[in-house]
Amino acid sequence: MSPYLAQAVGTPRIVGVEFPFGHPLGHAGDREEQLRVIRDALRAIVEIEEPNTVVDLPYVWPEFEYWIKAWHPAEPSPITKHLREQARLRAEAKHRDEGQP
Amino acid sequence: MPVDSFKWMPPSLANYYRNLSMNRAEVPWTPLRKPLSECRFSLLSTAGAYLKGEQEPFDLERERREPTWGDPSYRAIPRDVRQEQVRVAHLHINTADLEADINIALPIHRFLELEASGEIGSLAPTSYSVMGYQGSNDEWAQRYGPEIASRMKDEEVDCAFLTPV
Repeated sequence: MSPYLAQAVGTPRIVGVEFPFGHPLGHAGDREEQLRVIRDALRAIVEIEEPNTVVDLPYVWPEFEYWIKAWHPAEPSPITKHLREQARLRAEAKHRDEGQP
Repeated sequence: MPVDSFKWMPPSLANYYRNLSMNRAEVPWTPLRKPLSECRFSLLSTAGAYLKGEQEPFDLERERREPTWGDPSYRAIPRDVRQEQVRVAHLHINTADLEADINIALPIHRFLELEASGEIGSLAPTSYSVMGYQGSNDEWAQRYGPEIASRMKDEEVDCAFLTPV
């Protein structure tokens, strides 16, 4: 999924696929696509000789404009809500401070 | 073309990860000592999958109360699992496709096919599911990770196939 992060945490063998979150091996119901990605990953197990090597796969996920939104949960995660609330409170405090004489 | 690790992230999250200072862990390395057709595999995904009616879902209620906390426990998923047994507890992704076809993250049925065709030696009796949102990795590193590794060794696993979602 994210070879950048997989490398950073010290994964021995890494296969990068540029698929949206929640879909590391492809589309639901697409058995052939899933097998293609898995077989590529199995080949990488054999071929990678240096620890922490990344093999990037060339597959392009279609319909970017749809999926860039569709991978998200229906409602923002608790941490997202929490961070937004903190940002809102900071903005309010700044606004108040700037309003002071 | 190299894979863009940040393609699907909102810009704020991409910036967070780009600027995150991570201690580069020493990379573990075990050479592959036999052909894949003789290797036993176990799978591990961060999808948050669990077996409906048999296992507790990952604790999303506590995460809602404590947004910087994520349930660090794991679920053991047997190789004879059926799709209709699988549910997904994960608040950070759209889980609909995972609940329709768990093989996009925990490819148990695909690995059974590869076992049947002789492309791999076998799929181990047990695969594993964790929930990928973690405020801290301490419990994974100190308790659950070693526990999963130990169970894999008990089942004579040669290769762990990891799929972060």
